[in-house]
Amino acid sequence: MGKKRIVHYINQFFAGIGGEEKADVKPEKSDGVVGPGMAFKGQLSDVAEIVGTVVCGDSYFSEHEADASETVLNMIESYKPDLVIVGPSFNAGRYGVAAGAVAKLVDENLHIPVVGGMYPENPGLDLYKKHGYFVETGNSAATMRKAIPAMSDVVKQLLAGNEEITGYMPKGIRVNEFKEERGSKRAVDMLVNKIQGKEFKTEYPMPTFDRVDPAPAVKDITKARIALVSSGGPVPKGNPDHIESSSASKYGKYSLKDIDDFTPENGQTAHGGYDPVYANEDLDRVLPVDVIKEMLANGEIGSLHDYWYATVGNGTSVANAKKFGTEIGKQLKEDGVDAVILTST
Amino acid sequence: MVKAIEAQGLPIVHMCTIVPISKTVGANRIVPTVAIPYPLGNPELDPKDEKELRRKLVRKALKALETPVTEQTVF
Repeated sequence: MGKKRIVHYINQFFAGIGGEEKADVKPEKSDGVVGPGMAFKGQLSDVAEIVGTVVCGDSYFSEHEADASETVLNMIESYKPDLVIVGPSFNAGRYGVAAGAVAKLVDENLHIPVVGGMYPENPGLDLYKKHGYFVETGNSAATMRKAIPAMSDVVKQLLAGNEEITGYMPKGIRVNEFKEERGSKRAVDMLVNKIQGKEFKTEYPMPTFDRVDPAPAVKDITKARIALVSSGGPVPKGNPDHIESSSASKYGKYSLKDIDDFTPENGQTAHGGYDPVYANEDLDRVLPVDVIKEMLANGEIGSLHDYWYATVGNGTSVANAKKFGTEIGKQLKEDGVDAVILTST
Repeated sequence: MVKAIEAQGLPIVHMCTIVPISKTVGANRIVPTVAIPYPLGNPELDPKDEKELRRKLVRKALKALETPVTEQTVF
């Protein structure tokens, strides 16, 4: 069998056309390698040939996405590739987004694998990671020398038809597969290995959570403005915003002005996944409004924010939770809140 | 959510029952609570005692907000 065919997509800068002043150049193609393609050629010459390079200005791509997409896709297709390489685009935002969009086009229309390279914080990665094998790179082109071999390695694995591909950032896609042994046995084997300090490989890696430094303590709580927030789904009776019982897509903001104590008539939980009887009977069990109002009255806290915020934490994605938290935090900050109590079920 | 609010510079106390989850997601001030369906109550107690239990937990949370911490702390 002959060598596999690869098409390389790059931007105007890496094609040597120019920098920002040339970012509006229209898509063009040329046979063979251009720019970083030369280095890929060195790595891949045994197994594949870079038959063509497609170049597009980053601004042109983002400002004329429909036109650019069609032209770029046609240009790529004209070379009949087996695989497409995009970038690497490091931490260049528009380049990353364009490279990601090209990955999506190729994935959805030509159904062939795409290999790219990005810095983990490149916005193009989050948008398009499921459409390609994106290798982690440094944040600038200074790391090109490391990026090229790492990306080439993934290219080689894909062209060799390997079942398991390693060395790229997770796409966030689950693939079903059959195993000889059933889940319970695999889980126990894993546990035994873990206890014995042997190596084991999880079948369900946990998402990585970043950390936030603790905010400074409140100096005097009796002068502080406190806000109540909850992921336990405490909402006014009837769930006016229809917050979902699981995988919530929103949060609500509700007035505490007329509520001094929750009763079955004025509050309920929207949360699925736990027995709601106790919360519906007395929602203070989830959001302690009765005692906080009492503490407000007798001066144990300075003041109470007029609203509480609520969502449902059940199965809610980390991305949504982060978005809710950021929005809520910003509003609380603007409204002069000093400290927050967040309850979870 | 706790972390995203804290990232705005607001001290926040997480009152929750499953402390390991709170630790994993990165809450810095944690007050353990009673049970998943009723973190701040206990239907088996009579209403007066239940409210006193809630009062104590909230006071603990307020105390946590007044306490400087440099790492994840369970109160």
